[in-house]
Amino acid sequence: MSDKRVGIDEAVASLESGMTIGIGGWGSRRKPMALVRAILRSDLTDLTVVTFGGPDVGLLAAAGRIRKLIYGFVSLDSIPLDPLFTQARERGELEIEEYDEGMYVTGLRAAGARLDFLPIRAGLGSDVIPANPHLRTVKSPYSDDEYVAMPALNLDVALVHVNRADPQGNAQYLGPDPYFDDLLAMAAKRTIVSAEKVVPTAELLDEGSFHTLLFSRMYASDVVEAPRGAHFTTCEPDYGRDEAFQRHYVAAAKDSEAWPEFERTFLQTDEDGYHAAVSRFHATQGEA
Amino acid sequence: MNATRAEVAATACGDLFRGAGTILASSIGIVPSIGARLARLTHAPQLLLSDGEATLYADTPAVDEPFREPEAPFPYARLFETIARGRRHVIMGAAQIDRHGNQNLSAIGDRDHPSRQLLGARAAATNTVNHTTSYWIARHSPRVFVEQVDVVTGVGPARARATGADRFQDLRRIVTDLAVLDFSGPDGTVALISVHPGVTHDQVKAATGFILHIPADVPETRLPTDEELRLVRERLDPRGLRDREVTAS
Repeated sequence: MSDKRVGIDEAVASLESGMTIGIGGWGSRRKPMALVRAILRSDLTDLTVVTFGGPDVGLLAAAGRIRKLIYGFVSLDSIPLDPLFTQARERGELEIEEYDEGMYVTGLRAAGARLDFLPIRAGLGSDVIPANPHLRTVKSPYSDDEYVAMPALNLDVALVHVNRADPQGNAQYLGPDPYFDDLLAMAAKRTIVSAEKVVPTAELLDEGSFHTLLFSRMYASDVVEAPRGAHFTTCEPDYGRDEAFQRHYVAAAKDSEAWPEFERTFLQTDEDGYHAAVSRFHATQGEA
Repeated sequence: MNATRAEVAATACGDLFRGAGTILASSIGIVPSIGARLARLTHAPQLLLSDGEATLYADTPAVDEPFREPEAPFPYARLFETIARGRRHVIMGAAQIDRHGNQNLSAIGDRDHPSRQLLGARAAATNTVNHTTSYWIARHSPRVFVEQVDVVTGVGPARARATGADRFQDLRRIVTDLAVLDFSGPDGTVALISVHPGVTHDQVKAATGFILHIPADVPETRLPTDEELRLVRERLDPRGLRDREVTAS
């Protein structure tokens, strides 16, 4: 059976500028942050990013990597707004397709089923329709109802972070919510799975029932072992959100003099350097 | 017992669930969350409550304490199925609400260059055309109650009718720190239906940035009963978070 394990920079080197990239997780929860940091180290640009956004969007937008953002919301959960995202929007830099959350999920389902669209009631009457002039409605052939024909959100690649994976790409979540990572994987031509730990297939059931296997290797193209790879977002039950660090991120993002120092310390380094810098941050903060 | 403004508003939020039956009660904010839990402890015991993450819970703790007795898993994917099925009443917030009952959570100002970017569309469009929806506004002011919202995220009655999206729409009420409103004005516009004790009609008018429909007879919002006050003060919000959301009076 094929072993799909690759290094993180190698995985990201397989991506190309201009791609449409789906990013898993939800807000500031189980985001593939190690893969996002690897994109920040790369020269990838001109990306179309599809996501229920959190700090992934803030970081990529601030670094000028996003040509277009397709999203339902961007939030850090315990802190409602991501300042890097709001600044990029208020500067008028970001081309957007903003969808209602129900529409966004329906667009992923359509892509996964290889349909042009799926009907959904949501969106009618809201400004999502005039703001996205490509959207069409569809009349029911069975009644007088009319629905939004939500177009498929087809992805070139999906990036997701899970708790465990085997070398073939069977992906497992051990926390309370799969979010929409399985839909993203099905909507994409290929999926890069980063995992807290890569374990042999037989060990996947040691920590959770087979119901925790989120999607199978048929949807995974690359497997990256990335311990603490969702930091600073939650990755329950392996770790919760690093609230102190998220507050530090927000404070730096709001201060144009502090931001370059944040970038130098945490982003202009490799993944090991990032985690070492986070450890030093906590040592000086007196919080683990 | 003398009820505070926050306690009157929390009871009014709870009253939104009167007769709701076995549906999910979702609430954004402290006062609506006290209301939903108060409803489940009194007149609406069949309500389902979630932690807003991935679980439904059988217990009804204080608003700043974790739930402890899981009743069923409830990941986000399931939430969207529940919304489409209509078995939910949500109390959402709003950056803006206009005379026609349209709500904005997305951004203030021009779409491509907003003066203030907010969360985004969230699920407001999905909620407002699929199931019962109410709003909670902690500070009733002309900044929130505007003639016309900048971005329509939640759909008001006239727009829902015009686009054929009104089949399952059920916009119920807006509870604020001053009053209770609904959408019974001409053409589904916002109307005043009760004022909280101690609040005058003129105060509500001055805090509303559009011409509010005021029927001939506007009663006072009911006071909580002694039992409700005891539940709010001793069980659901013993640390007084409600007074941080609504200025005590």
